[in-house]
Amino acid sequence: MAPQLAITLVFFYWPAGQALYQSMLRQDPFGLRTRFVWFANFRKVLADPAYLNSIQVTVVFSLATAIVAMVVALLLAVMAEKAVRGKGLYRTLLIWPYAVAPAIAGMLWLFLFNPSIGSLAYLLRSLGIAWDPLLNGTHAMILLVSAAAWKQISYNFLFFVAGLQAVPKTLIEAAAMDGAGETKRFWTIVFPLLAPTTFFLLVVNTVYALFDTFGIVHAVTGGGPGKATETLVYKVYNDGFVNLILGDSAAQSVILMAIVIALTAIQFRYVERKVHYG
Amino acid sequence: MATVDLRDVKKVYPSGVEAVKGVSIAIPDKELCVLVGPSGCGKSTLLRMIAGLETISAGTVAIDGKVVNAIGPTERDIAMVFQNYALYPHMKVYDNMAYGLRNRGTPKDEIDSRVRSTAKVLELSALLDRRPRELSGGQRQRVAMGRAIVRNPKIFLFDEPLSNLDAKLRGQMRVEIKNLQRTLGVTSVYVTHDQLEAMTLADILVVMNAGLVEQTGAPLDVYEKPASTFVASFIGAPPMNLLALTGSSSGPMLADGTAIGFAAPETQAVTLGFRPEDADVTFNAEALPGALVLPATVEAVEPVGAESFLHCAAAGSRIIVRVSGRATAKPGDQLRVVAKAERLHWFDQAGKRVD
Repeated sequence: MAPQLAITLVFFYWPAGQALYQSMLRQDPFGLRTRFVWFANFRKVLADPAYLNSIQVTVVFSLATAIVAMVVALLLAVMAEKAVRGKGLYRTLLIWPYAVAPAIAGMLWLFLFNPSIGSLAYLLRSLGIAWDPLLNGTHAMILLVSAAAWKQISYNFLFFVAGLQAVPKTLIEAAAMDGAGETKRFWTIVFPLLAPTTFFLLVVNTVYALFDTFGIVHAVTGGGPGKATETLVYKVYNDGFVNLILGDSAAQSVILMAIVIALTAIQFRYVERKVHYG
Repeated sequence: MATVDLRDVKKVYPSGVEAVKGVSIAIPDKELCVLVGPSGCGKSTLLRMIAGLETISAGTVAIDGKVVNAIGPTERDIAMVFQNYALYPHMKVYDNMAYGLRNRGTPKDEIDSRVRSTAKVLELSALLDRRPRELSGGQRQRVAMGRAIVRNPKIFLFDEPLSNLDAKLRGQMRVEIKNLQRTLGVTSVYVTHDQLEAMTLADILVVMNAGLVEQTGAPLDVYEKPASTFVASFIGAPPMNLLALTGSSSGPMLADGTAIGFAAPETQAVTLGFRPEDADVTFNAEALPGALVLPATVEAVEPVGAESFLHCAAAGSRIIVRVSGRATAKPGDQLRVVAKAERLHWFDQAGKRVD
């Protein structure tokens, strides 16, 4: 049997199968007995207001992170393209954050915006903003989105820079001679030709915001205050490993898996149709 | 209606490379000016400066008498056909052609009628709903032309528009471009490295070399009276035969010591030239006064059909003679190449023509 198939079996299909199986089990409080309960865990989870809240938090967080990370990266990439001097340095500096581990990125932002010791929090307060991510859920979400987007901007930036370089220069020149000003050229020529890159990044960023941000959530807010920033992935961890409600946690991860499959299918089925490959 | 005046135009790149070293050309209204020269002679740079795509380091470019150095390409009202066509790949043919009109705020129904009538002229009507990648090379070329024509600009610029086409199509499009330009009466500048295109299209032919203009004039004048050895060898296919001369007390001699038998018009002439079609070959040994006679050995014969080219070794150089029809000579034959004295061209030490 091919080794890669063996690896997929051991590290993907087996755990996935286990998750499916465990999502239908329920343990007694002392862990002495395990019962097979069919879909009871799913019914319980989907009726739980905390879980519905978590879905809402996840949607807000993922959309905001993906949009902020992509818009800022595109802006920076366009500016990097225009830079006459120090292009290389500018690019290198922008790529660095990608090398920072998620938890460390989280800590960085946590300290910067910590209400009692954060220098940027101090700045915000001196501007008259009652900045308090430890008590204010919206503030906590803003901080979380900033930290998560900041880390992803480097990655997006790299791809946008490459995408911009792939747009033929003569097209821009032809558009200029056709009477299109700079803004018009960007929206009518450059942006449509960038569509394959943008689409790819949309998929990657959504997946990132949904599943790769556990470290940042854990370091910055731990899901709080209250449950204001408890994303679906973080709730899986909380319920399973902190609260030890294994059946619920497994059911949630199965739902997550279904969401990923659905999301990817939608993106490829509907969004990719609008993408023009050169 | 537009004239183009270039005065002492220079282009110096930040790296210090001087691509154009002071060029002055005046193009009258409705005429087609062809810039021709080898790669790297600065012809494309010059075209891009007229377009506004390159800044002008020194000198002025004036359109209709108005200096446009500081005006960007967006406002110059010039249309350009690029070598790779530069069609917008995500737009249909219709939108490619309408793009320039939309940018200038032309009313919708006027855009539609102009695009459709232009498409008709260029036989593109059936292709309006296609995207560029669904078109053949020739069709793309037409769309690029259409995009330029539909705008009805002051000036057309062509940057080697035919070099990506196959030979047959190139010949067709050459005629079409010439006809279109004449019907529309739009002042045009055309860049090419193909001397055949240059000769057939130009009202004014500008031969460039190393960032400078070698000669400007009507194509046939340039052909008949090349101003320098560079022009002589660049215009005309096959090129003019050039032979080095050494002076002596008894009159000019060829480099291998053959006396040419008559006087050069100027004593400082160091190069003699004649076109392949101005020479003939003979197997006879009779005296031919008033003609340049060179004993030669045939090295190769190129039959083209209506004519044949004989490549010969003579006077220590390689010369080409055109004979009409089928050539009787074979490689290895000894014969004499005869060129009439009045069809000879003379050039001085600097390569300039002397008469």
